[in-house]
Amino acid sequence: MFKILEKRVLNPDVKLMVVEAPVVAKKAEPGQFIILRVNEGGERIPLTIADYDRNTGTVTIIFQEVGKTTRLLGTLNEGDFILDFVGPLGLPSHFENVKKAAVIGGGLGTAIAYPQAKKLSSMGVEVDAITGFRNRDLVILEEEMKKVSNRLFITTDDGSNGNKGFVTDVLKKLIEEGNKYNLVIAIGPLVMMKAVSGLTRPYGIKTIVSMNPVMIDGTGMCGGCRVTVGGETKFACVDGPDFDGHLVDFDEAIRRQAMYKAEERQSLERHECRLGGIGNA
Amino acid sequence: MNADWGGLVMPNMSPKKVEMPEQDPNVRNKNFREVALGYTEEMAVEEAKRCLNCKARPCVAGCPVNVKIPEFITLIAEGRFEEAYLKIKETNNLPAICGRVCPQETQCERVCVRGKKGEPVAIGRLERFAADWYMARHGSETLDAQKKNKKVAVIGSGPAGLTCAADLAKMGYSVTIFEAFHTPGGVLMYGIPEFRLPKDLVQREIDTVRKLGVEIKTNMVVGKSITIDELKEEGYEAIFIGSGAGLPNFMGIPGENLNGVYSANEFLTRINLMKAYLYPEVDTPVKVGRNVAVVGGGNVAMDAARSAKRLGAENVYIVYRRSEAEMPARLEEIHHAREEGIIFKTLANPVRILGTDDGWVKGMECIEMELGEPDASGRRRPVPKKGSEHVIDVQTVIIAIGQSPNPLIKATTAGLETHKWGGIIADEETGATSIPGVYAGGDAVTGAATVILAMGAGKKAAIAIDEYLRENT
Repeated sequence: MFKILEKRVLNPDVKLMVVEAPVVAKKAEPGQFIILRVNEGGERIPLTIADYDRNTGTVTIIFQEVGKTTRLLGTLNEGDFILDFVGPLGLPSHFENVKKAAVIGGGLGTAIAYPQAKKLSSMGVEVDAITGFRNRDLVILEEEMKKVSNRLFITTDDGSNGNKGFVTDVLKKLIEEGNKYNLVIAIGPLVMMKAVSGLTRPYGIKTIVSMNPVMIDGTGMCGGCRVTVGGETKFACVDGPDFDGHLVDFDEAIRRQAMYKAEERQSLERHECRLGGIGNA
Repeated sequence: MNADWGGLVMPNMSPKKVEMPEQDPNVRNKNFREVALGYTEEMAVEEAKRCLNCKARPCVAGCPVNVKIPEFITLIAEGRFEEAYLKIKETNNLPAICGRVCPQETQCERVCVRGKKGEPVAIGRLERFAADWYMARHGSETLDAQKKNKKVAVIGSGPAGLTCAADLAKMGYSVTIFEAFHTPGGVLMYGIPEFRLPKDLVQREIDTVRKLGVEIKTNMVVGKSITIDELKEEGYEAIFIGSGAGLPNFMGIPGENLNGVYSANEFLTRINLMKAYLYPEVDTPVKVGRNVAVVGGGNVAMDAARSAKRLGAENVYIVYRRSEAEMPARLEEIHHAREEGIIFKTLANPVRILGTDDGWVKGMECIEMELGEPDASGRRRPVPKKGSEHVIDVQTVIIAIGQSPNPLIKATTAGLETHKWGGIIADEETGATSIPGVYAGGDAVTGAATVILAMGAGKKAAIAIDEYLRENT
């Protein structure tokens, strides 16, 4: 059982939790993830580690309430317990000889991009951070990102923060203005990571993306998290989750992500229906 | 009734085993309840009387953990069921499991004297009977051992780890098992289906091991959450690695990443560990199309096929590139699968998996095979027949062509030697690895094998660890 020490609502859909998990905290590195199970009968879901503190033995997770499990997780409060919490899994991000980096977060991906930006900035790398959201109410981690970057650009799809556009628009502009990035990190929805990788390819800028496919064990046992990278099948849980964005087969990844769409909807509807039932009673 | 006959109970000379009741094939292929129902007391006594209690006792040597077979069977024949159970427990920590999933036909029963004329004594069924009889009345037994105040770490809580841990605990060591999953049991929990090995029974066997004083830490991925070196730093004086064969093999043919293609590991883990057959009551789903192809001919393939059938698939094919005679699955499993309506498509090899525009499996192209000269394994090598390509209409493909040892521990343990294919190099008799104080056994060493072989390896390693700790600490 893993105690929730702190809970914060970052936007209407996104929550942050600081969880007591000393074993994970002791070994965690940016880029790695955990797998949790909220309760008995619950599914195992992977979440990237947003932050960790070895001294207090805590791990921070940030999640968007998109399905039944994340909704359920969101109903837990400080002092409640998560049944299972295992990690750190996957390979840590690996940075070498980086002078100037663009770190891009799309929506919730910002939560995962943040520890990467923090790590790079602590290594003395010049970091331009670009984050994108649907509208200004969904912006998360603005202050945190500012602290770990030289410049922060926030875009919104609807322009409600006064900066309409996609993260790719900003990146393109920055590159064309002559910013010499030798690393781009893109974390967010698959379509966004695909677009960023497509943009940087002709410029030959090394681009790392973080894959978050369906998985069960997270130790290489099930093979459910297969990703094709450079024509080879990789397991995101043990070979990733970071991969070279120029080599990832995003179209396949997008198709695979839809595998359980119907079941995800069904689980969520059952969950909502029960909550509704209680509320109406 | 039992005439005294030269000091022995008069044997039952029937050439056939007493049959064990089973669920009807057409009923059971729609539910996940156990297929075989077990002997009644009367059946067990009758079958036990078939044992001649012969002097040679080949069965004992045929058992990887050397269960005192004639002794426990004699006790059953005499109606002393509790004593029979305790006799088995002297060398076997998991009798209810072994009685169900051991391949007795290649071990104890293969060498049974009664098998020379007619069927051997049903040793497995009798073992199962004794274990079930005891558990139904007493739960699990407790055992107090003299504590030695020495810590041993066991990695993995499958059959190898549980056996090694239980034996070491009985010797008085403080044993901690590190399990990667949220539930202990390893392949007994995630791999073997409920209908062959009920999970509440596995749970009870695990509880028995816990009662010996063994601590089980779940959610601990050794190689990630903690390393072998760190375990040593934490004061574990010896370590046993029983991490299993947790890396699924794929075929490397086009279409393997289409939606609807599973490794047998994933398919069975969803169903067994995550209980997807209860979906939506539980949250983990599993996809089963109208027609399902399972590629492979081992026990895992049979388990996957029979599970798919139970989940409502109309046609389930076992696609195997050799003939049925070469199938590595137990005869009983093949027989059960066929009874349940699984269709055997032997001498066929998948060439590619075909997909719809949006990435779902819509068929599998196979090529017919014929058997040529024997290969290195002694089995006749399958050779493709030119021009025999054909497509079978399936929406789900399950790849059950074997598992390799999981590389996480190897990757994080300097000095641990492994074979090229991933197996940890360990002494066959002791389980000793290239690192002093570190032992290994089960599928992590051999690649995918059987529960009982893993248990045998765990047992041998426990003896070797005891010797090592007596000499070196």
